[in-house]
Amino acid sequence: MRWRDVLAQAARTARLMVGVPDYEAYAAHRRAEHPGEPVMSRAEFLRDRTERRFGAGGGISRCC
Amino acid sequence: MATAAANGRPFGWVPWALVAAIGAAALGIVALHRGETINALWLVVAAVCVYLTAYRFYATFIARKVLGIDPSRRTPAVRHNDGLDYVPTHRNVLFGHHFAAIAGAGPLVGPVLAAQMGYLPGTLWILVGVVFAGAVQDFLMLFISTRRDGRSLGEIIRAEMGNVPGVIAMIGILMIMIILLAVLALVVVKALAESPWGTFTVFATMPIALFMGLYGRYIRPGRIGEVSLIGLVGLLLAIILGEDVAASASWGPAFTFSGEELALMLIGYGFVASVIPVWLLLAPRDYLSTFLKIGTIVGLAIGILIVRPELQMPAVTRFIDGSGPVFAGNLFPFLFITIACGAVSGFSFARRLGNDAQDDRERGPFADDRLRRDADGKLRRDHGAGRRKRARSCHLLRAEQPSRADRHHDQRSRAGSVRLGLHRHAGDAGPGRLTGRRSDDPVPHRRRADPRRRHGQYPFERRRRARHDGLLVPFRHPVRGLVHPHHRRCRHARGAVHDPGSPRHVRGAVEGHQKLDRQPRGNCARGRRLGLVPLPGVTDPLGGINTLWPLFGISNQMLAAIALTLCTVVLFRMKRERYAWVTLLPLSWLLICTLTAGWQKMFHADPKIGFLAHASKYSDALARGEILAPAKSVAQMRQVIFNDYVNASLCALFIAVVLAIVFYGIRSVVSARRSDVPTTREVADALA
Repeated sequence: MRWRDVLAQAARTARLMVGVPDYEAYAAHRRAEHPGEPVMSRAEFLRDRTERRFGAGGGISRCC
Repeated sequence: MATAAANGRPFGWVPWALVAAIGAAALGIVALHRGETINALWLVVAAVCVYLTAYRFYATFIARKVLGIDPSRRTPAVRHNDGLDYVPTHRNVLFGHHFAAIAGAGPLVGPVLAAQMGYLPGTLWILVGVVFAGAVQDFLMLFISTRRDGRSLGEIIRAEMGNVPGVIAMIGILMIMIILLAVLALVVVKALAESPWGTFTVFATMPIALFMGLYGRYIRPGRIGEVSLIGLVGLLLAIILGEDVAASASWGPAFTFSGEELALMLIGYGFVASVIPVWLLLAPRDYLSTFLKIGTIVGLAIGILIVRPELQMPAVTRFIDGSGPVFAGNLFPFLFITIACGAVSGFSFARRLGNDAQDDRERGPFADDRLRRDADGKLRRDHGAGRRKRARSCHLLRAEQPSRADRHHDQRSRAGSVRLGLHRHAGDAGPGRLTGRRSDDPVPHRRRADPRRRHGQYPFERRRRARHDGLLVPFRHPVRGLVHPHHRRCRHARGAVHDPGSPRHVRGAVEGHQKLDRQPRGNCARGRRLGLVPLPGVTDPLGGINTLWPLFGISNQMLAAIALTLCTVVLFRMKRERYAWVTLLPLSWLLICTLTAGWQKMFHADPKIGFLAHASKYSDALARGEILAPAKSVAQMRQVIFNDYVNASLCALFIAVVLAIVFYGIRSVVSARRSDVPTTREVADALA
């Protein structure tokens, strides 16, 4: 169990490193804070985030 | 880890003593070593130990004593948790995120150029500069921005130091951004020019990225791991194949381009990439380059550990006298300017906080939901905040409003807000329902309901609100959650290019059509900017990088100086001036360095260093009818002279910007010292 947690954290870190936010955290947040309201599916979530990050007014910015 | 000693673990100091001892030993070996070569391992060990020690002791000192970090205060991620942009994240996971976002080409190129003076000066500055300047600045800016809902540097300067320095800083940041883009594009173009292997590899990433994009979109949506693996394998294949392609008699020339051709291609690419959907090319390529970057850094570190190569380089070369082949100028100040963001990065907070840490909540299905919820005034728990929030809401629904004048009127009358649908009657059902008295009724009631107002704490509140569309509101009214997310998004969407403009004149993106047509336009602009700027750099007979890199270094370090000035001002305003030396020390050094360098780049008598001396040397030659070495024609001579004048003016502009900010900084410090209480403008949750 412990190893699984470590792996999950590592995967989360890796995903954040390439700029892909965490779907589990989002889904958990929506279920906990907004019960009954729609939750985006994983594919929808990724599309939304991609559009958000690279679309107009883009989110990516790197120093140097 | 940092609290091991404080927690009373009796031997908590042992590992740190070991780290310090190892670091000291490694540094000692580097210091006492004589001869042409030295094992690179010692440099890595020394660096790791120095940084760890600094993290354990200096950073803890700054956190506890200087800033007085309060663990009970909520960060924006907790306050605005929306699962999308504001997500409370474990610190180790977050570290990976930061790591990926900060490492670009700059910190790699700068130290490599600086190596012409030998490995020692650069290494020492990277160690000392990071510990006492770079990391301090990053830490403080992160702290300051976190207490202000993740605002960007320009916005915070505006709030803490005033409108004028804010605008000056924003213009400066914009200029510096342009130089940055130009230099980085130039690095790419110069690296790929006449290099078929590199060009092939970079070109090959495009079809790979297209496939990744389609795979992640249609074949197996959302499988980032698989997509990444495919991309990684493809990338490695492209690198391996590249060697054969470059060697091949028929394919080699096909991938050999001059710098000029590449610069034009970059413009074309920027255009194409910005008009096709982002998930198809941009996003997957970004994943690829991130892998490449992290892979390079990790690979280098592991490689050094395994191979333990001997550095074939003297500690100090004879080029410290300023006659170096790559860049001219003495060790002071040009070593520090050349390393630039290798040690102290001015850029990490100019944009980043404006993007990632800040809430930009989104278009997407939930934006409307949020707009509605806030328009209902659900967050009226805060005393008096409801009224302002509703004023903000009026504002964000401006698409529905006839005119600014009407809006002005609407905000102030009950009838007006009913018309806008913002007003709810006390008995209404629904999520925004209120029972009993409301704090956002017309003015007299509101005055009664808002104790701050009654006590005259905000005498200018209404006038200011009428005048500003929001930028300063949250700072002037430290009530939490005050500025509507939509506003942050508007501001955010404009990005650095629009930052200098007044926030009032930018229309929101509520209207659907704007969303549609804004996207390609914004990206086109970005693409063109990317391509156009390096073109003169490539066609410059002197080869742009030699002239542009010092300019880039100066602007970068000046941005860091601006950020440190802000940090100093904030420390004074927090009434922590006892510890102001923490920022004053690196600030003075950066100012000495950059102002000297800027002055020398403009007025130095040596044409290799001073832009003006260089220009006059060429114009003298032109007057005599001679053509000087790198230029081949009279037109090129004229271009060299013109470029010199452009560079000199840019230099003067940067100096003026930084001097102005320092002047306003001193003024802010003086006025902060007159007050007996902290005068910082943090978001309210943090004040509580």
